[in-house]
Amino acid sequence: MLTDYIPLIFMVVFGFGIGVVFLLAAEALGARRRTKEKASTYESGMPPVRTARERFSVKFYMVAVLFILFDIEIVFMYPWAVQFKELGSTAFVAMILFIVLLLAGYIYVIRKGALRWD
Amino acid sequence: MMGYEFQFILPIILISFFSTSAIVIDAIFLRNKSIGFYYSLAGLGITVISAIYSLIKANVALIPLHHSDRLITKGMLVFSGYSAFFDIIFCIAGILTILASKQYLIREYREINEYYSLLLLSIAGMMIIAHANNLLVLFIGIELMSISFYILAGFFRNNLRSVEAGLKYFLLGAFATGFLLYGMALIYGATGSIGINKAGFFMSAVGKAPLILSIGVGLLIIGLSFKVAAFPFHQWAPDVYQGAPTVVSGFMSTAGKAAALIAMVIIIRPLVPTDIDHQQLKQIYNGDTIRLIIGLISAATMMIGNITALVQKNVKRMLAYSSVAHAGYLLMGIVANNPKGWDGIAFYAVAYMFMQIGAFVVISIFERDNEFNMEISDYAGLSKTHPVIAAMMAVFMFSLTGIPPFAGFIGKYYLFASVIQSGYIWLAIVAVVASIISIYFYIGLVISMYFKEPEEKIQQADKGLSYITLGIASFALIIFGIFPSFIINLSHRCFNLFLF
Repeated sequence: MLTDYIPLIFMVVFGFGIGVVFLLAAEALGARRRTKEKASTYESGMPPVRTARERFSVKFYMVAVLFILFDIEIVFMYPWAVQFKELGSTAFVAMILFIVLLLAGYIYVIRKGALRWD
Repeated sequence: MMGYEFQFILPIILISFFSTSAIVIDAIFLRNKSIGFYYSLAGLGITVISAIYSLIKANVALIPLHHSDRLITKGMLVFSGYSAFFDIIFCIAGILTILASKQYLIREYREINEYYSLLLLSIAGMMIIAHANNLLVLFIGIELMSISFYILAGFFRNNLRSVEAGLKYFLLGAFATGFLLYGMALIYGATGSIGINKAGFFMSAVGKAPLILSIGVGLLIIGLSFKVAAFPFHQWAPDVYQGAPTVVSGFMSTAGKAAALIAMVIIIRPLVPTDIDHQQLKQIYNGDTIRLIIGLISAATMMIGNITALVQKNVKRMLAYSSVAHAGYLLMGIVANNPKGWDGIAFYAVAYMFMQIGAFVVISIFERDNEFNMEISDYAGLSKTHPVIAAMMAVFMFSLTGIPPFAGFIGKYYLFASVIQSGYIWLAIVAVVASIISIYFYIGLVISMYFKEPEEKIQQADKGLSYITLGIASFALIIFGIFPSFIINLSHRCFNLFLF
């Protein structure tokens, strides 16, 4: 029974080894030229202003949480859609129930103005 | 078979429907402040009727467990008398709490409809716990209940104590959930099944408990003793019950405790052999070890709870500690593990629900801003200013102490008798000593109400529906105290038709 796990152990060891080798190789072979831009938080993005420890509006949090919620919904729907024919009507009813439940939450979110930005 | 089965799932379906649609109703009628109140009351009323129906049906027509694979729930849920019995307890606790909440929330400027839908959601979680026959279903129920409670505990978001209670409860509760889940994972690893019964069958097949299984069961017991606030894991209870909105504390410490306790019964039941075992499982555990552990937890819980309650000046905090002690009393029913013990758990859960909710509602009537008018000295001379409320509070206090003819006495009698019957006499002695200690602070409050002169400031009492709750609770305590046979017969039938 334990022999079944040999490929898994092999994969773990191999994956770990590759990581270590790449790190060491980059350390040994790479050039080191530090400039101010390279040391900044987003090298080719927005220049950071002020400190990160600031209060920001709860609206960002709302949008982020709602995004995760409805994102997960899609994650559940993919395997269901692929197996739709095999699973039959029970799974269809279950998925309808699931979507109706989320719809209830969605109506609540819209009516309470969680998506209104100003 | 299908239609036959639906009448048993109906309570769960109904409560899930009402708790979800309460959110939508709230969203549609944004302006209407009290629609949540009426809707949730109606929902709970309908649910309790269907639960009563399924309780009556469950006694005549049981679904045998070996058929459960053919049911649409595939053996994930169990439908038996005791789960319908606890469904009814949870719904009635919810109705009592909702009736008492309206005036209280209006006074604290926090009457919003989310309160009622959260309450319904937590009841849905409890009912799922009572029906669980699968570790994952049990987990979903416990989490649904707990997450609603975390929000409800911090419901007064402008009150520092309430926020503290919510945060503390959430952090510690999430930690305890980790134990619970890890225990379930280990049990699954050891037995290869998350079905509670299948795991039990597996255990009887192996013949000897592997270490990993024992660790898993131990972790489960730790997680659940956190949820019932039993001794080593009770520290959160006083702070949370004191900080949370008072009506919510009453609900959490009764229905929430009963739900966690029934989860414990469901988990431990397949592990400990009894004389009424229908399946004739060969038990691999020496049941005495588990019973001894639970017995020690129970003894320590009631002693610690009652002794720390002695020194409390704040009535709400005192009741919080006393609710820890009552968790200890209830655990005795599991230790006893005989029909009398099951009757004791059922009866005491009912009595405890009425007396604890009643006592918390009395506090909620007098308190101000979750902070003032909560000392024992504030209750001095209450019998002169508010004789009716004082009389009801005295009934709750006497019942909590366990003085006849109130229902608390009968519940304690059954629990104490059950442990003596099963040979745990030391536990009964500890319980009696703990009860004697508890007389001091319960009766102390009554003395303060009746034999002390009122202070200068006169307590203002709220008017409103909370009086219905108080009336029902004190009436039920007296009625069930004088005529306990109704509940005892009911629970006798329910628990003897155990479907484990």
